[in-house]
Amino acid sequence: MSDVISVLGAGVAGLTIATELVRRGAKVQLIDPNGGPGAHNCSWWAGGMLAPFCEGETAEEPVVRLGQKAVTWWEKAGADVTRRGSLVVALGRDRGELDRFARRTTGYQRLSRDWLTQIEPSLADRHDHALFFDTEAHIAPRQALSVLENSLSQAGVTIEKSAPRGRIIDCRGLSARDQLPDLRGVRGEMALLHAPDVQISRPVRLLHPRHPIYIVPRGDGIYMLGATQIESHDRGPARLRSVVELLNAVYALDPAFAEARVLEIGADARPAFPDNLPRIRKRDGRIFINGLFRHGFLLAPALAQMAADLALDNKKPEVMDEDHGEW
Amino acid sequence: MPVFYDIDIPSRLMLGTAQYPSPRILTDAFRQSGAGIATVSLRREGGDGAGASFWQMIRDLGVAILPNTAGCHSVREAVTTAHMAQEVFQTDWIKLEVIGHPDTLQPDPFGLVEAARILTEDGFKVFPYMTEDGILAGRLLDVGCRVLMPWGAPIGTGLGLNNPYGLRSLRAQFPDVPMVIDAGLGLPSHAAAAMEMGFDAVLLNTAVAKAGDPVAMATAFAHALQAGALARRADPMPPRDMAAPSTPVIGMARLV
Repeated sequence: MSDVISVLGAGVAGLTIATELVRRGAKVQLIDPNGGPGAHNCSWWAGGMLAPFCEGETAEEPVVRLGQKAVTWWEKAGADVTRRGSLVVALGRDRGELDRFARRTTGYQRLSRDWLTQIEPSLADRHDHALFFDTEAHIAPRQALSVLENSLSQAGVTIEKSAPRGRIIDCRGLSARDQLPDLRGVRGEMALLHAPDVQISRPVRLLHPRHPIYIVPRGDGIYMLGATQIESHDRGPARLRSVVELLNAVYALDPAFAEARVLEIGADARPAFPDNLPRIRKRDGRIFINGLFRHGFLLAPALAQMAADLALDNKKPEVMDEDHGEW
Repeated sequence: MPVFYDIDIPSRLMLGTAQYPSPRILTDAFRQSGAGIATVSLRREGGDGAGASFWQMIRDLGVAILPNTAGCHSVREAVTTAHMAQEVFQTDWIKLEVIGHPDTLQPDPFGLVEAARILTEDGFKVFPYMTEDGILAGRLLDVGCRVLMPWGAPIGTGLGLNNPYGLRSLRAQFPDVPMVIDAGLGLPSHAAAAMEMGFDAVLLNTAVAKAGDPVAMATAFAHALQAGALARRADPMPPRDMAAPSTPVIGMARLV
């Protein structure tokens, strides 16, 4: 059997496992018919919040625990990780939402207006309470993908469009639905805004019973605004209703967004399993890494480490739900 | 147990399918609670087949499906959505929502009657989401509705039965029409109270989906509905102002 490992898919899952395998001395072939990272990857549209504790609001325990490995992995990989924590706020009449969020998460401090004025002054005008998750971080997804692509390339692994030469690790995301019937798409829509008047330095989530949103600063006055979550594998352009809801809500977060320029409106579908937890699966002679849902950048490092343990040392990962032997 | 348009429903609990933490939790909530009807919104996910895996999961629940026109603000939008839903789910049932105000999400009674008339003529079996107004109820029955769904409180508020007088009055005016309390319930006690008033079922979404443990909350609602319906059948005592001892006081021993 060939000692080459062929990774299919150069999204966040494929690039992280390829990186992890190369670090451990494996021979890797990276294949993506679309070439390098771009608009065809759903990770291209991601928020890049490394916020395991906030995600605990709705995600199950493994997401919170495994997500805590992300920050150090991305730093080691050379990505530009900003460790400034994250904030959660709610408008006055939705205060109950903030208490609910607090009950379901850990790792935060409650901030009064005075404290909020010190760390994120522009929010303190409109928000007198916030939750501050000080250990969380964020990255710029496109920059992070390109860092991985470049380091792989320096290690001699370039993204090919050829046929697999070795044993396959399948990281094709939603395209792997042909072999993973329980995988589904969860549509997300986002916008990229240039708002030099806005002064926010860390990710902020605005809780709202109907239209919760988040913003992630990308630097130079650019903010990513996300994201809808719709049960659909539609990858087509964003719908007006969704965009109106997102833009309305961000204006409520900080009216200075009114003057923002809309640089991009994007949409794609996230791959997810029925419990919204990721899986490593051994079947049809392949190892699959999939179902990262809205946690691509958060969970890809932990999954890459576990999948490398499986591929190189035959160590069974905790997120493996099917093992059909041969690989 | 309720009968809607000649169909026997095995449970008084009807659940919406939005906002759950994951489809698996949604499925478990249905299974554990024994909910008898699933409502689904076509509007958001689109009828173009892109939501197919989600729809399949709803079908796999094995319960009756009641598509809705959630988020429709006009008669035309609601009628179009109903026809799309009929194609996707192969059912002539439609939960008709015509929203009158974007903030309060309260039903538009005038548009509702008009849309119900059109859809009934088109062969639909309409479940109208309505205020507790008795005159409106009469108009909806006139245009062919045979089930009514008065609200408890505005959608997603969890306030419970906001106008108990109005709901009791509605129930009393139309004693033979199956009625579902739709929207606004937050706690199982609200559902039990609705059963004690003589309503046939409740429809919930947020109260279950947004609970910390949706599966447990759905089950709690199912128990409350059972308790309330049993209490209704047991003919509760009438409330009174004066204390009435349950054992005679004459001849009590004097323990001095």
